Amino acid sequence: MVDFGGWDMPVQYSGIIDEHNAVRQRVGLFDVSHMGEIEIRGPEALNLVNYVSSNNAAKLKTGQAHYSGLLYEHGGFVDDILVHKVEADHFFLCVNASNQEKDYDYISTMNRSFKATVEFASERYAQMAVQGPDGPATLQKLTATDLSAIPYYWFTDGEVAGVPARIAHTGYTGEDGFEIYVAPDEAPRIWSELMDAGQEFGIKPCGLGARNTLRLEAKMALYGHEITASITPLEAGLGWIVKMDKGDFLGREALARQTQAGVTRKLVGFEMRGRGIGRDGYEVYVNGAPAGWVTSGGPSPTLNKNIGLCYLPTAMAETGRTIQIMIRNQPVEAVTVPTPFYKRAK
Amino acid sequence: MSTYPENYRYTKEHEWISAEGETATIGITDHAQQELGDIVYVDLPKIGTKLEKGKTLGSVESVKAVSDVYAPVSGEVMDVNELLSQEPEKLNADPHGAAWLVKIKLAAPDEIKQLLTAADYQTYIGA
Repeated sequence: MVDFGGWDMPVQYSGIIDEHNAVRQRVGLFDVSHMGEIEIRGPEALNLVNYVSSNNAAKLKTGQAHYSGLLYEHGGFVDDILVHKVEADHFFLCVNASNQEKDYDYISTMNRSFKATVEFASERYAQMAVQGPDGPATLQKLTATDLSAIPYYWFTDGEVAGVPARIAHTGYTGEDGFEIYVAPDEAPRIWSELMDAGQEFGIKPCGLGARNTLRLEAKMALYGHEITASITPLEAGLGWIVKMDKGDFLGREALARQTQAGVTRKLVGFEMRGRGIGRDGYEVYVNGAPAGWVTSGGPSPTLNKNIGLCYLPTAMAETGRTIQIMIRNQPVEAVTVPTPFYKRAK
Repeated sequence: MSTYPENYRYTKEHEWISAEGETATIGITDHAQQELGDIVYVDLPKIGTKLEKGKTLGSVESVKAVSDVYAPVSGEVMDVNELLSQEPEKLNADPHGAAWLVKIKLAAPDEIKQLLTAADYQTYIGA
């Protein structure tokens, strides 16, 4: 067990590779109750959400969700978040565990000129993720809500195992599946019922370790790694969550300047050629000189290769480039590759 | 429960050592392999390397992290387990047996007596 933002979180149950493969091939169940929730309500809710986040929440329909950036004025990330539109005047944000207080304070401060109602709601929600090709079938056994009627990145308020649940067709694994939000005191029972429901498919409980290898293969960003206060969405390859034409929002000016000047570094995928694994924080060399750093790296159980993500100067960011990663003071060869490393067959 | 051989000695850094006269075999404990999870690389020193007690002798890399392995005692590397370069996962399967790391010639055989007994080690890890 490791301490993770004040939560005792299992890194692994049966083993990272075993859990990873269960999600890619069958189904895995994650307890992600550490994730934070913030609810924003009132006539000014949309305006506040659209001011603090970079994607355009005005485009969301009721029951729809999107990925977005909570940005500083200088364009760096306060956090990356999921925005769910519950009602025209009610938005539900899912935020990172370790950032939740910071996010709440930041949004609350910005709310002074909006007067929406901002609620720190993390204590009211436990969250579980049912991920994998058999994830929908597993969850379907416990709910009357027709899951096949919920498109990707939409959600419905229904019931799971007889208790109210927000059922979202979202995930952080690159695989099909759902994330459900329930009252914490119901969570242990729902966990058991999901494990029972998934037994016929070979469900495995999954920890943070597999969550990390899965999201890395799918090139989904992890706060503190690919995205930080000093990295902008444009550098992180997340330009699609920045909607410059939606009106004013925090970070807009900085991002406009960066677009004008050109992005000087980019997030790039790599595969190790030499023996070793390029990990978070390791230096990247190009032509014998320091050029960037690794943000995440590890073995890819699906591809059976050692993969990773790194920042490189834009001029060096093309795929197929040979780079060296300093692994315990030894340069080890790697090559830049297209991402995502893994994309599921639809 | 895993078993910790009575004739081995252990360190708080989760290595074990088994001595026979002036030579000894060193490995990592079952507890260590469990904590590390799926092991994907094992880096070992070259034969002839002089090891100093408490200094890094190599590293073990799992899916989630890299961990240094420390020399429980001082000595000179006589043999390294080549099996682990091909099949690092053996370290998950048989850490106290076939997946030993190095064999050394002890510099000071008495150093071993300062290490933890099997009972002390199991108390230490809460087994």
